[in-house]
Amino acid sequence: MISNAARTVGAIFASAKFWRGAFSIVLFIVLWEVGSRSEAWFGIAVPGVSRVPPPSAVAATFSELVRDPNYWSSWYLSTQRVFVGFIAAMLVGIPLGLAMAVSRIFYGISFPVFEVLRPIPPLAWVPASIIFWPTQEMSISFVTFLGAFFTIVINVLGGAQAIDARYYQAALSMGSSRWDIFRRIILPGTLPSIVVGATLGIGLAWAVVVAAEMISGGGSAGSLGSKGGGLGFFIWNSYVGGSYTQIIAGMISIGIAGYVSSALLRQGGKMLTPWLHEE
Amino acid sequence: MDDLRATLDSIDTKLGADASADLAYTGLARSVSRPRLVVRRVGQWLRSPRPYLMLLGFALFMGTWYLTVEVLKLPHFAQMPGPTAVLHEWFSPDPAFGLSIYTADYYLHIWVSLRRVLIAFMLATATGVPLGLFLGWSQRFKEYVFPIFELLRPIPPLAWVPLAIILFQGVETPIIFLTFLASFYATTLNAMLGVQSIEASYIRAAYCLGAKRWQVFWHVIVPGAMPFIFTGLQISVGVAWFSLVAGEMVSGQYGLGYVINTSYTMVQYPTIVIGMVTLGLVGYATSVVVRIIGNYLMQWRARELGLGGRQ
Amino acid sequence: MNVPRTWDEAAALARPAGAPLAVSQAQRKGAIRILDVTKTYGSGATAVSAVENCTFDVPAGEITTVVGPSGCGKTTLLNAIAGFHSITSGKIFLDDEILCGPGQLQAEPGPDRVVVFQNGALFPWKTVIENVAFGPRMQGRLSKKQAYEKARTLLADAGLHGLENNYPGEISSGMRRRVEIVRALMNEPRVLLLDEPYRALDSLTKSVMHEALLQLLEKNRLTIFFITHDLEEAIFLGHQVVIMTTRPCRPKKILTIDLPYPRDYSMLTTRRFRDYLDETLEAVHEEALKAFAAGEKER
Repeated sequence: MISNAARTVGAIFASAKFWRGAFSIVLFIVLWEVGSRSEAWFGIAVPGVSRVPPPSAVAATFSELVRDPNYWSSWYLSTQRVFVGFIAAMLVGIPLGLAMAVSRIFYGISFPVFEVLRPIPPLAWVPASIIFWPTQEMSISFVTFLGAFFTIVINVLGGAQAIDARYYQAALSMGSSRWDIFRRIILPGTLPSIVVGATLGIGLAWAVVVAAEMISGGGSAGSLGSKGGGLGFFIWNSYVGGSYTQIIAGMISIGIAGYVSSALLRQGGKMLTPWLHEE
Repeated sequence: MDDLRATLDSIDTKLGADASADLAYTGLARSVSRPRLVVRRVGQWLRSPRPYLMLLGFALFMGTWYLTVEVLKLPHFAQMPGPTAVLHEWFSPDPAFGLSIYTADYYLHIWVSLRRVLIAFMLATATGVPLGLFLGWSQRFKEYVFPIFELLRPIPPLAWVPLAIILFQGVETPIIFLTFLASFYATTLNAMLGVQSIEASYIRAAYCLGAKRWQVFWHVIVPGAMPFIFTGLQISVGVAWFSLVAGEMVSGQYGLGYVINTSYTMVQYPTIVIGMVTLGLVGYATSVVVRIIGNYLMQWRARELGLGGRQ
Repeated sequence: MNVPRTWDEAAALARPAGAPLAVSQAQRKGAIRILDVTKTYGSGATAVSAVENCTFDVPAGEITTVVGPSGCGKTTLLNAIAGFHSITSGKIFLDDEILCGPGQLQAEPGPDRVVVFQNGALFPWKTVIENVAFGPRMQGRLSKKQAYEKARTLLADAGLHGLENNYPGEISSGMRRRVEIVRALMNEPRVLLLDEPYRALDSLTKSVMHEALLQLLEKNRLTIFFITHDLEEAIFLGHQVVIMTTRPCRPKKILTIDLPYPRDYSMLTTRRFRDYLDETLEAVHEEALKAFAAGEKER
C-alpha cells in the first residue's frame, strides 16, 4: 500500500504536466516578489505591484498567525457560519427541488416566485436579514443559506428533469409503486446533480460569508453591527489596521478553506455515486 | 387554417423533428409565418394551467408577506417593511425617503450600477473567452496556465476588496476590478468547457478536409464552443451583479448596493426592498439580453431547437 | 460472356476495338495496402490489441466493404488510414507512398482520404453550402465563387438542389448524410473512408442511399473503404467483402463479389447473391459466437 502511494507520487513528479504547472506557479511567485521589492532593490516602483507586500513577508506573517489563537477562532467562526447556511440550504433546497420536479402543480406555483427572487444577489439581503434575525450570527448564516440555496435547487431540478423517461417506463412496467420510483429512480438519478449543486453551493457560501462578514464588521458606511469576527472581518480589519501582509494571508486562508470544502464534497460525491466513475 | 393547425399539432406530437424537417423542406411549414407560430404558442400557454398556477404562487407569496408583516405583526416580522409600504413608496411621486420611480436619483443609481457591470462584463468577456478557448485548444498552454488560474480561483471576489483598493486608485476602479474578476473566471471556465465539449468528429472532419490548425480553431472550435460560451456569459452576468453589490456595499458612493446599505443605516426600510427588487429586475434583464444576443448569433441552434431539436 | 467487374472493364467493353483507353492507368488511384499492421492500446498487463498482424489490399477504384463483430477493431483500422490514430507496428501504403510505418507511426490526415463519420460530422453552425465548400476553401484551391459554383453543381447532381442555405439541423438525417458525402467528394479524394455511414438510417432511406452512392461512384473515380454491420449492404455495394475476425482483428476471409455493375435491387433475390450472403453470414456468425463467448462488450 505504501509502495502504491509512493509509485503514484513518483508518477506525479515524473510527469511533464506537473513540472509545467509548477514552473508557472514558481514564476508567478518570483515575479511577485521582484515586483513588490522593486522599489527597494532597483529604485523604480512597478505600478501597482510595488504597493503589495511580497510573498516572503506574507509567509513570515503566516508563521506568526498560525500561532495566534485569534486567527483560528476566525476560522472557526467562518466555518461555522458556512456550515450552518450550507446544511440549511441542502435541507431546504433538495426537497424543494425534488418536489418541483415531481409535481407539476407545485412547480407551476413555486418556480415563478423562485425565479423572481433568484436574480437578487444574496448580499442585497444583508440589511433585511439583520433587521429580521435576532442575532448577527443568524443573519449572516441566513445570507449564506441564500447563496447556496438557489444553486442547489436549480441543480437538483435540472438533474431530476434530465432523468431519462425510459427509466420510469421500465420501473412502471415492472410494477413499481410511486414511492418506489421516487426512492429508487429519482433519488439516485438526481444524486450527481445534487453533488454538483452542493460543490458549487459551498463555494458560493464561502464567498457570501466573507462578504457578509466584511459588511457587518466593516464597510465604509459605518458598521452595520457589532464586531463580527470571522475571516472576512479579519481581512477587513487588517486593511483598516494597515497590516497588509495579513490581508494577503487572510485571502490565502479563505482560498484554502473554499478549496478544501469543495474538494471534500467532490470526494464525498464520488463515493456516493460510484457508477459514474468506473471506466 | 384549422386543418393546417391540426396538421402542425399532430406533427409536433407524433412524428417528431425528422418529419417536420422534411415538411420544412417541402415548404409546408414555411407557409406558416413566424408571428403566427408565436401567437399559437402563446395561446397554448394561456390555455394550460401554467399562468394560473404562477399567479397563485405570487399571490401566496405576497399574501404571506402582507399577513406576517402588516396584519398579524408577528415578532421580528413586524420590523420589516410591508408590501403596502414598499409599493406606496416605490410608486409615489413624492417619496418620503427620496427614491421612487419618479425621482431622477433612482435612475442615476441604476445607471451607475449598470455601467459598472457592463464595463466589467465586457472586459471579462474580451479576456476570458480567448483565454478559455486557448486553454481548451492547446494542451500545453493549459498545463502552463491552468494551475495558476485554479490557484487564485477559490479566493472569493470580496476577499480581494482591500487588495484592490491598495492596487488601484480611486473608487470606481476597485469595484470594477472586483466585478471583472468574478465574471472573468466564470467566462474562462465555460469557454474552456465549451471547447472540450466539441465532438472529436467535427475536428477530425475538418483536418480530413484539409484545414490547417488555425483554420480548425477559427472555423470549428470557436463556433462549436459558442453555446457553452453563451451559457457562461449568462452565468457571468449574474456573478457580476453578485460581486458588484458586495463591492458597492463596502465602498461605493452611488449605485444600488450603496442604496441598500445606506437605507439600512438611515432607517429607511422600504427603500431597502425597493433597492432589492430593482436589483433583481435589472439583473434579470441583463441575463435576458445576453441570451437574446446569443440566440441571434447562433441562428443555427435556434432554428435547430425550434424544429423540435435533435442530434 | 465476361461479366465486367470493374468500371474499367465495363468501359473497355463499351469502347470500340482499337480505341484508346478512356481511363488511363494514371487515373487509377487510391489503392491501399495494409501490411502486417498491429495496434495495441496501453502497455504491460493492461495492453489491449485492437488489430494484430493485419494484412490485406484495397484495390484502386473499387468498393471494399469491411464487416465483422462489433468492437473488433475495424474502426481502428479506418482511423489509422485516415491519420487519427497511430499504429504500433506495420505499414500502410496509399498507392506507392507510405502513409504510416516505422519512424512515423501516425499518418497525416488530409483531403486525399476523406472520412464520412458514423454519427455525421456536418458542421451544425455552417449552412449546407458552406459545409460543402469547406474543403477547397480551406486548402485555398478554389476561390469562394468557384467553390460555391462547384458545390451547387455537385449538390444538384446528388438531387439535393435547394438546400444550400439551410443549416444541417433543419434537414433530415438522410439528406445530411448525402450532403456529407458531397462535401467529401468536392475534394476529389483518392479514397473515401466510410464508417458505418448508414447505420442510423431506416432501411427505406438506406436503399436510396445505396443507389445514390453507386451513382456518385459512376461519376467519380475513387476508392471506397466502407465499414458496415449490414451484410446485405456489404455484398450489394462491394467489389470485395473483407470479413474480420473478432478482436484483435485480421481478415478472416475475403470474398470477391462477381455481380455486375451497375447493380440494382433486383439482384438481392438472385441465387448468386444469396450464396454470397450465406457464405458471409456463416463466417461472421462464427466470429460473433467467439466474441460472445469472450464477453466482448459493444464499444
